Amino acid sequence: MAAVLELRDPPDTASPRSESLDTGSPDAGSPTGNGPAAAQIGDRVLRGIATGSGGFVVVLVLLVGFFLVYQAVPAITHDHVNVLTSREWSVSGGTLRFGVAGLLWTTVLISLLAMVIAVPISVGIALFTTQYAPQRLSQPIAYVIDLLAAIPSIIYGIWGVTVLSPELEPVQRALYHLGGLPIFENQGFASGSVFDGGVVLAIMILPIVTAISRDVFERTPRHDVEAAWALGATRWEMIRMAVLPYGRAGVVSGAMLGLGRALGETVAILLIVSAPANGAPFHASIFDGGQTFASKIAGDSAEFPSDPGPYIAAGLVLFVLTFVVNAAARAIVNRHKEFAS
Amino acid sequence: MQLIRAGVTAGVLAAALTLAACGSDSNPSGGTTPAPDGATTAAVGTAAAAGSRIVCTGAGDLKSDGSTAQQNAVNAWIKAYDRACGKTVVYSGGGSGQGVTDFTGGKVDFAGSDAALDPTKGEVAAATKECGSPALDLPMVTGPIGVVFKLNGVKDLTLTPATIAKIFTGKIKTWNDPEIAGENTGATLPSTKITVLFRSDESGTTQNFETYLHTAAPSDYPATPSKTWVGVGQGKTGSQGVQQALTTTEGAIGYIEWSYTGGLSLAKVDNGGGPVALTAQTAGKAVAAAQVASNGGDDLTLKLDYATKTPGAYPIILVTYEIVCSKYRSATTGAAVKSFLTYTASAAGQNLLTSVGSAPLPAPILTRVQAAVAKIS
Repeated sequence: MAAVLELRDPPDTASPRSESLDTGSPDAGSPTGNGPAAAQIGDRVLRGIATGSGGFVVVLVLLVGFFLVYQAVPAITHDHVNVLTSREWSVSGGTLRFGVAGLLWTTVLISLLAMVIAVPISVGIALFTTQYAPQRLSQPIAYVIDLLAAIPSIIYGIWGVTVLSPELEPVQRALYHLGGLPIFENQGFASGSVFDGGVVLAIMILPIVTAISRDVFERTPRHDVEAAWALGATRWEMIRMAVLPYGRAGVVSGAMLGLGRALGETVAILLIVSAPANGAPFHASIFDGGQTFASKIAGDSAEFPSDPGPYIAAGLVLFVLTFVVNAAARAIVNRHKEFAS
Repeated sequence: MQLIRAGVTAGVLAAALTLAACGSDSNPSGGTTPAPDGATTAAVGTAAAAGSRIVCTGAGDLKSDGSTAQQNAVNAWIKAYDRACGKTVVYSGGGSGQGVTDFTGGKVDFAGSDAALDPTKGEVAAATKECGSPALDLPMVTGPIGVVFKLNGVKDLTLTPATIAKIFTGKIKTWNDPEIAGENTGATLPSTKITVLFRSDESGTTQNFETYLHTAAPSDYPATPSKTWVGVGQGKTGSQGVQQALTTTEGAIGYIEWSYTGGLSLAKVDNGGGPVALTAQTAGKAVAAAQVASNGGDDLTLKLDYATKTPGAYPIILVTYEIVCSKYRSATTGAAVKSFLTYTASAAGQNLLTSVGSAPLPAPILTRVQAAVAKIS
């Protein structure tokens, strides 16, 4: 990840002056001692491998998209309700009636909730470890955070449903009274609400966003920091003037990676968040239950109907959603890159 | 500053430690929960003693697939059978639908299903074509469905089908509702809100529970039974998911297979013949009240009488079938299937069921199953 980010670094940070501050690593562009002929073969082989890898992944994604469309279209054409606007899901009888509106809503809501909780905390952790904590403290914290990423999501799910969800009930009750907005309305899901799922999801994406934010904050150009100090800035002013503007693109791309994980998270959500009954009225509340694309597909996978078309259609919408989110992220990163340089 | 740093570190470390601890000790107990009636040791003892009487015929390993409702039972049988015969029977719990599809597609030697082959879906024709002989539905496992609740201070609760239907459709919202109180005179019921829990995945348990409500209380539960829950409440995935939520949610009520109800409070059901608690005997009595609705021959499709008023019969039951060919194309496969099912339908095999939260078949039906198994070739 660091390598990818480095490629996107503004050119001035890769200037010889800043590199000479490093511990004398050899210049990446310098020849390694082999003859020109050997180097030429090396060039060609590497070029071939790199092109092949790039082409492979593009073909793979295109094939996935093609497969999803090919398998989903028959089910969508036989659907008796609008696939995008309906919340019905009845696929085992003779007539297909299914729509993904409910799944789309829950997926987006729970992911946004996780982002709202996780991103500020992640940026805080990254700033603490890079700007405030002494070296001997920042390393162990980094390890602990990375450890969070290594915990399998089934463990998060079981922990969420047995430990966290009951503990969050009072918090949830307190939030019911927050301004009377529909999004905080009590829907009787004392445990197993989208809110519970969002909190666990936030913990799950925390390490990703933190790791990338930390990487970019660490790479804040020395001269920017020195300049801020020279102007008599306090630590907060230095961070605001030098570290945050420089790291913004990295934080956004870290957040988008986290969002990608949140959108696709399956097992933890499946275990924690209760599904509303078929035909239950829609509530725009984070204290209602719900099913995401991934948890719906996983939950029903044991008893798929003979034609899994509706589930593939749901997968297709998730595919498109992820694509749109990533495209938006790319656009944001590119725009912020100009600000940073 | 120093204080803040230390605090943050300690917090992060504590969180990590809590997570690590949860990974090791909070796994929900699996389907091997002992039966709630304490018959465990006796039944296992009988089976172990009878292990030597398993007749091993036929060659090769058997493949099977189907209902998860009978998975615990089949796994227990397979363990005993494999030990006695040194052969391997594989049962993958892919669900009833998957089991039937695999059977008609010739991928497995027999299938388990919580519903008999459906002629209207062409399943009977497809199975007969694949077998080259009539396919049979043989009832083998009785899986009672428990109405389970969690209510502080209340251990004993009796409910009529109409009340159960009203609770599960949201018409009765609190535990001290006059209708519940009227059926439980003397009990102190709190005003706790009722939280209904249901299976969010498609499930034969849901279908059987809905069929029960629809048959025993048609005016209070008019919806057509299906594998998808139609009512109110919060959906959890799998029997384990519902079980888990029931242990943590005060005021919750739900329906789960008996094998998952260990440690939870079970409601008595009053179909009109007095309150009946769920035991192997009461469930067996309800199966005995069933009609054999077979389409002739050795097929033993049962028509369960969910509305039975027989005193002492627990009416909410699910019967799983083994779907087999009456005459296999390969004689050795036929002999192996016959050998395995002869064991499962034997007294030893049926006695094993109470240890895994299922109930044995009542004698009149079991005799017919044994006769049908004997004719498999």
